[in-house]
Amino acid sequence: MAGTERSPGAAAEFLLRRHRWRPAEALPWLIAIGAYFAFPDYMALGTQILIGILFALSLDLILGYAGIVTLGHAAFFGTGAYAAGLLAARLGWGEPLSALLVAGACAALAGLVSGWVLLRYRGLTLLMLTLAAAIMLYELGNARADITGGFDGVTGIVVKPLFGRFQYDLYGHTYYLYALAVLFVMFLVARRIVYSPFGQALVGIRENLRRMQALGSPVHRRLVTIYTISAAMAGVAGGLFAQSNAFVTLSALGFERSATVLIMLILGGTGRLYGAFLGATIYMLLEDSLAKLSPEFWELGVGLVLVLTVLFARGGLLGLLEQAARRLRRWR
Amino acid sequence: MAMNELALETRGLSKNFGALQVARAIDFRLERGARRALIGPNGAGKTTFVNLITGVLRPSAGAVLLRGEDVTHRSQIERARRGIARTFQINQLFRGLSVLENVCLAVGERTGACNNLWRAAGARPEVVDESIGVLEALRLQDDALRPVGELPYGRQRLVELAIALAQRPKVLLLDEPAAGVPSAESHIILEVFERLPQDIAVLIIEHDMDVVFRFARSITVLVAGAILTEGAPRDIAADERVRALYLGEHAHG
Repeated sequence: MAGTERSPGAAAEFLLRRHRWRPAEALPWLIAIGAYFAFPDYMALGTQILIGILFALSLDLILGYAGIVTLGHAAFFGTGAYAAGLLAARLGWGEPLSALLVAGACAALAGLVSGWVLLRYRGLTLLMLTLAAAIMLYELGNARADITGGFDGVTGIVVKPLFGRFQYDLYGHTYYLYALAVLFVMFLVARRIVYSPFGQALVGIRENLRRMQALGSPVHRRLVTIYTISAAMAGVAGGLFAQSNAFVTLSALGFERSATVLIMLILGGTGRLYGAFLGATIYMLLEDSLAKLSPEFWELGVGLVLVLTVLFARGGLLGLLEQAARRLRRWR
Repeated sequence: MAMNELALETRGLSKNFGALQVARAIDFRLERGARRALIGPNGAGKTTFVNLITGVLRPSAGAVLLRGEDVTHRSQIERARRGIARTFQINQLFRGLSVLENVCLAVGERTGACNNLWRAAGARPEVVDESIGVLEALRLQDDALRPVGELPYGRQRLVELAIALAQRPKVLLLDEPAAGVPSAESHIILEVFERLPQDIAVLIIEHDMDVVFRFARSITVLVAGAILTEGAPRDIAADERVRALYLGEHAHG
């Protein structure tokens, strides 16, 4: 095998192969579209799952690819949610797509500023600093209840019809398709980035920071760049959340949301894009069904699954699937 | 003429950790095309000296000049971009990546290809071609697509060197390149050294005196953070003080 693949052409081919679409990649999208027709009564849950996927995907960019650990990612989700919510409720800016853009831009700005300061640190220090920054933002939102509505939140978010044409029905069909389209566009961007030379440099930083510094990589700039992009994506997820729920409370910014998205991503598998899809979907479906069965103990169940994942499947559930697929291929 | 050009110079370079002086006013000059070995007993401050040159550590006093330019206050990253490359005593590779990608990262960062977040990696043939060229020079091309962690240790040592060479350095610092390589394989590394581009200034830190005396055209002896002596290998081998340090370990020198 090695002898035939040594020419530069074959080497470039090897690098480009990952960038090409594989048939299996159609699967999540087919499932999402299939669910639209199969479960018309569950579109509200479906929309929330799509938003969860987008949020987890934004985390994967920084955690899975660049190795940035954070316990404050909800700060960007919340920034986007409040931006979209306040625009619609206070300023009457109900056009959904432009409001999403503003949500993303506000979160990007927050990511740029906080990332520029915080990304000089790593590991546990960074974890604590992101947590502290997110708590500060939460308390700021609490203190300025005149703007944020405090614990009551922002209500009265009225979103104008999409493209001025598509009305929102009671069952959330339009929101589902809207969220799916936004997720797809964001996913294309994320996929493009992780397979670019820049994405490779991020993996280099994750794999060996010391070496990247020794070979002159502008590490800080690279990290701030991806942090800002990730924040923007989380902000768009937050914006969708505000629009689809028609209200925002401080929980959009809270620690629990930061922790939950981390659990979703680790469950699904980090650094593989589709881990966000699997993790967010399973987590939220479990939450929905188990919480009905046992509202007190369902989190224990999720915690147990998480512990098992971390102990026995470092690549998450998707990593397990990949292993199984590899073994199956060897068998045949 | 070229030999008179200084690739690297340190002036009064000192580093203290509290009361501990690990570098004492080191005046060091490395000419273009130099093949120098830095030797000294354990704890002499050899790795500290490398870290001061590369910018990992900031000196307490003194200056570092790269081709005449004062880079004392430049970061490690800026110095690397100006032409200082190093290998590490313990491999610092991108273990999850293929051999090719390890080298592509060095080429991509040097050429600025890694600033691009929209094109596909591998879409720029010049980056891939150059990386393959580096691998061919080290006879690693057959392993290009293998994950670097799967390679035997001796070959991983060569990848360590390939990354540094892909930086196209003016000054190359090799921190114990033969460490951990079975002596039966160290000749492979020596052969590679003989084929290094002539104009690179190379400084090698090595304990294996076979490697030192086969590679180096001049030797600097560092003891307790200060330069004890410098000279041609023959003179160093004959130096009583150096002999005392090494207790005749390299009597054949």
